[in-house]
Parts: sequence; structure tokens; C-alpha cells
Amino acid sequence: MSESTTEVAGVDAERSWPLWEVFVRGKRGLAHTHVGSLHAPDAEMALRNGRDVYTRRQEGVSIWVVRADDITASSPDEKDSFFDPAADKIYRHPSFYDVPKDVEYL
Amino acid sequence: MYGNDVIDPNDPLNAAETESYDQARRHEDRRHEVGDDFDALIAADQRIEPRDAMPDKYRQTLIRQIAQHAHSEIIGMQPEGNWITRAPSLRRKAILTAKVQDEAGHGLYLYSATETLGIDRAELLDRLHNGTQKYSSIFNYPTLTWADNGAIGWLVDGAAIMNQVPLCRCSYGPYARAMIRVCKEESFHQRQGFEILWVLSRGTEAQRAMAQDAANRWWWPALMMFGPPDTGEAATGGHTAQSMAWGIKRFSNDDLRQKFVDMTAPQAQKLGLTLPDPELRWNEERGHWDFGQIDWDEFWRVLRGDGPCNAERVAHRRRAHEEGAWVREAANAYAAKHAEARESAA
Amino acid sequence: MSADRSEDTSRVPRSAWAERARPGAQGRGATEAVSEDTSELAAQGGSAAYLLGVADDAMVYAQRLGEWMTNAPQIEEDMALGNVSLDLLGQARGLYPRIGELDGTDRGEDDYAMFRDERQWRNVHLVEQERGDFAREMARMLWFAAYQNELYAAQLASSDPVLAGVAGKAVKEVRYHLDHARHWVLRLGDGTDESHRRMQAAIDWAAPYVDELFEDDPMSLEAVQAGLVAMAPSQLRARAQHVVEATVAEATLTMPEAPGWRSRGGRDGLHSRPMGFLLAELQHIARSHPGATW
Repeated sequence: MSESTTEVAGVDAERSWPLWEVFVRGKRGLAHTHVGSLHAPDAEMALRNGRDVYTRRQEGVSIWVVRADDITASSPDEKDSFFDPAADKIYRHPSFYDVPKDVEYL
Repeated sequence: MYGNDVIDPNDPLNAAETESYDQARRHEDRRHEVGDDFDALIAADQRIEPRDAMPDKYRQTLIRQIAQHAHSEIIGMQPEGNWITRAPSLRRKAILTAKVQDEAGHGLYLYSATETLGIDRAELLDRLHNGTQKYSSIFNYPTLTWADNGAIGWLVDGAAIMNQVPLCRCSYGPYARAMIRVCKEESFHQRQGFEILWVLSRGTEAQRAMAQDAANRWWWPALMMFGPPDTGEAATGGHTAQSMAWGIKRFSNDDLRQKFVDMTAPQAQKLGLTLPDPELRWNEERGHWDFGQIDWDEFWRVLRGDGPCNAERVAHRRRAHEEGAWVREAANAYAAKHAEARESAA
Repeated sequence: MSADRSEDTSRVPRSAWAERARPGAQGRGATEAVSEDTSELAAQGGSAAYLLGVADDAMVYAQRLGEWMTNAPQIEEDMALGNVSLDLLGQARGLYPRIGELDGTDRGEDDYAMFRDERQWRNVHLVEQERGDFAREMARMLWFAAYQNELYAAQLASSDPVLAGVAGKAVKEVRYHLDHARHWVLRLGDGTDESHRRMQAAIDWAAPYVDELFEDDPMSLEAVQAGLVAMAPSQLRARAQHVVEATVAEATLTMPEAPGWRSRGGRDGLHSRPMGFLLAELQHIARSHPGATW
């Protein structure tokens, strides 16, 4: 580079860049799926970096980026109270119901 | 792919194209029966996820290993990166650019996986720049001719894939998932390297000499990539046993090295290249290729920093980082200004 | 200005500009393969020369951007610049074989890239300039992508099916390059004092190379007449410049005064000092092994 800088002051700048979680929709009809994370100063750059980092092989038709700080996640400690109660509600699943085989479009 | 009848393009050319990759990718989640206890999960070959409880040493071991892996990808851009502007054909230029770009991508996937363990990428880059974390010693060797790009793809990437395929079922989920993606992409890297040498070894006399010279220089360093031996005089003990117990490591260094030699020696014959080891020969009894003694003194010397390119690689990386500081700072300042503007407008 | 030039061109005999357009084709297959329909040959030669300008711009800029790999301000940017470089390389590779058909030499992509001397390259000076700091690269990319964005749009309905095909793909790629450059110019212009100063210096640096992009050289005007492209370079300028000016203004920067000098001659194979060094690096392996395949 013709104009180099020896100042080290800005080396820390990246430290304050937020972490973004990246979600890619593989093709139309599929949901966005988490693929990884990256650092970017703002949402627009995060979106562009996400495109270059995670979709080089046509892996996606749409990208979401979400600030990692803005994600509220369930804790593993809460797993039992969150998810176990769903285990006995088998009537939520279509396979629970017996229907005559000759009824179409059900 | 190679337009010949010697290499069947459907034959696996590297470990990512074998059944062991497909097996490693498969994972059966049995957590509902195993429970949440770390040791029970490890014993049942289950995945540990970022918010799970885990021993601090497990966390530290992973940070060290994944970061070192990420650094290797980033430093590994340099030996081939400096050939992008000199690639002898436009097709090769495009392939090499895409390859080096992939290495940057792999570095980022891996930094992303490391960050799930609660450490920031900026901190990891600092550790690379100040030498407190290592990268693979293989990248401390120079790329002297065009053929070196072929040898790196064929041997270095081939060895890397051999190391990485078992990591696709590493106990730590984010690392395993990154590895699945990396291995799939690396398979192209290894094939393009093989193809470079394939063409050279059928080219002019100067091209054939170039290919042989590259194979001579890269063979032994590639074997060193599997790390010191597990047993015998040169063995160091190291982290192997603990990493095996934790499901971070699946095979011993020597096992993987042997697998690599077994896969690569016949490929060298097909390329018409002579690997620089007079003791290399098929052992019918063992069902494996025998090979000669690795110069572990050289390995330790390069690891300690006294390799041909150690200083150059880190200096290059530091310079790029420092020269880019004002750019990253500017992006930061812009984001802050515009976030304020948005907030005051809201 | 464009009207004056097109008048100039119409006075130039077809054979004269065709010859001037193909400095490298002399003594090669092109001149030997003279068909009875000389006007058609001339038209083909003219098309080839025009396409060579388009392809060489992309090729030389791809080469310069390749120098950024491992040198970018952040790893994500190594990847982004690599993508832009690959797109441009793909555009050049799409066009060179077609040029080989049109000029009758049947040359392939590597014949054009690796075995032409400096005087045979038709790229503008902007793309051959040495790599500067990141601000300079973004200034160059902003102008070049703004130009290419209009250029390829004007080639979508080209009478040449290969060019139309390349343009159809390229127009999407270039829109992304423009977007990338625009976002960085905004951030650097409206970032810190240092980045503002550097970005302004970079916009000023690029100014003398801009006119050449939009200059109506005879081959371009002939290409318009032949239906290769819908607009002459000068007609692309207003829209391209509008994009640059709007970006510069939003980035709190100012457009420079009219430069005291301007680059010229690239389309005629007259290049600046960095070009020979760029070619030396690009070509030396290929030329060290004549007749070899890779």
C-alpha cells in the first residue's frame, strides 16, 4: 500500500463491532436456517458480509442478519419446563387421528 | 474431470469423498434419554452445545484448538494468495482466487464457532498477531513455483481433510457443523491441486521437473501436519488422551498419518511423481504402506519459529490488520453516528 | 462533444479504423483470412476491437483486485474483493473467445490475456493504476462500477448474442459492485476525520481518469451503429455520474474541480507506467513456458 499507517489506535475498533447471527433461506419454500455468525459495524454491512461469507456456492436466495444481543434464547436449565410439557400432547400431531383411507386431501 | 482413464472422477480422491465423511456427518440426537450431564453426554457420543454446562478445561481446549484451526486458514491464504496475480492461465486464476477466498471463509466459520465459547474474534486475532496462539506450521514453508499450488492442494489440503473429517463428529456442536461445511468445500481444493499436478506431469520437461520438485519439498512437511507420533521416542503425550476422552479427537496422529499415506502413495504413482522417501513401499502383510522416518527436529524447529517463512507470515498479517485499522474505525464511527440519528428520529 | 466525434469517425475510412483497432492482428490470421466481403470483415474487426476494450477493462481490474487478497482491512473484505475480482474475470473470459471468432484469429482467452504486449491492450488507465489505500480502491470501484452498470445495461439487447449474454449476467454482478463501493464510500466519507480526509483524497485522485471511460472512441461509435451497444460512452455518463455525485454528497464529500490533466489513449493501446509491470506479473509464468498447457 502506498499510504500505510503505523498508528495502532484503531486496531481496537473491531472489538466494538457487534456480533450478528446469519440466517439463510436455501431456496424458496424453505425457512431461513441459522448458518453462523459474523462481525459487522451495522446491519447493512452485516447483510453484505453474510452474502460473501455464507452464500458463495448458491446456498441461498435470502439472508437475515440479527444482532446476537437481540436474540433471547431459552436456557438449557429451563429445558424441562419449556419442552417436556409438549411431549404428552400427541393429539397435536395429525398422525394421532385415524381416518378412513379413502378420504382424500386430508 | 481429468479426461483420462487412469483416474475415475467418481473415485474418492480425499477423505471428504469417502464413506467416513458421510458417517461423520450423521448425528443422532438422543439427548432426551441421555439427559444433560456433560460426562453422560460425552459417553453417549452426544453433542455439547454452547449454552450447556461444560468443564472449563474442555472449553479452553476447544478455544485453543478451534482458534488455531481458524488462524491456519487465515495464514494459509498467503502461500497461494501470492500466486493469484501470476497464475499461468485465466482458468487457474479463477480457481485459485475462489480457493483462497474459501480459506478466508473457513477462517470466519471457525472464528464464529470459537466465539460461541465466549471469546471475541478481535481477541483471537490479537493472539495470532502477538504469537501467543499458533497456526499450522505447514504454512511456514514457501511457495517457490506454480507447481507448489498443486502440491498444496493435493498434499496439504489432502492431509487437512484427513484430519478434519473425524472432526465433523466432534463433541462440540458448532465446531462439528463448521467442519462439515469446511470439508465439503475443501474437497474441491484438493482436487484442483491434484489436477494442477496432473497437467504438469503430462506437460513439458520443465513442467514435469517443477511438479517433481514441488512434491519433493511438500511431502515431508505434509506428513508432519498430523503432529508428533503418539508412541516412541518422539512422542510427547500432549493433549491427545484428554481430547480423545472428550470426543474432540477421534483418531491418533499416527493412525491419521497412515491413512493419509495409504491414500496418497497410489495417487503419486498415477501422477507419475516419485515421493522423496526410499522406504515408501506397500506392505502386503500389514495392508498398509510403509514409510521412512520423519525429521522431527525439523518439525520442532519450524514450530518454534525457525522456519523459512514464520516471520514473514505473521508480519504480513499484522501489516494488513494495522493498515486496515482506520477503515474499521471509520465504519465504527459511521455506525455510531447513524444509530444515534435513528434513535433521535424514533 | 459526442456529435463532433461521431462526425470525425464518419470521415475515417472503415479500413483505417479497423486496422488501428487491431494492432495485434497484423500479420496474423486476421489479415490473411480476408474474405471477399471486406466491409463485413471490417465490421467484424471493429466489433472485435470494441469488445476487446470491454474485456480488457474487466481483465485488468480483476488483476488489480486480485492483489487485495490477504491485504484487505478485514477478512470479510478479502472475500468481498475476491468476489468482485472473480466476477470481472468471468466477464473477460466470456468475451475473449468471442473476440477470437470476430477478429478471425480464433485465439482463446489465454492468448489474449497472456500473449499480448502492452500496445495491444485496450483498457482505460483507471483500471491499470497501482493499488493504493482502501479509500482509493473504493473510489475507483465506485466510478468503474457506475460506468459498467450503464454500459452492460446498454448491451443487453446487443446484436451480438455473446455480448448480450455476458451483459445479462454482468449487469447483476456490477450492481452489487456498485452497491459495495457506495456503502464503503459512505462509511469512509462520513466516518472519522482520517477516513474523511483519505476518501476525499481518493475521489480527487480518480478524477483525471474519469473522462477516458466516457470518451467516444471510433470503435465505440461504430459499435453503436452496428447495434452492439445501444449507447455511446458519452451517453452513459450522465446516469453514472449522477450515482457517483449522489454518493459523494451523501458521504459528506465534495466533487473535485475539473482536473488539470486527464488520462487518454488506453483504447489505442497507449498506457501509463504501471501497465507494463502489471503485464509482467500477469504473463511471466505463461510466457516462460511457450506452448505449455496448465
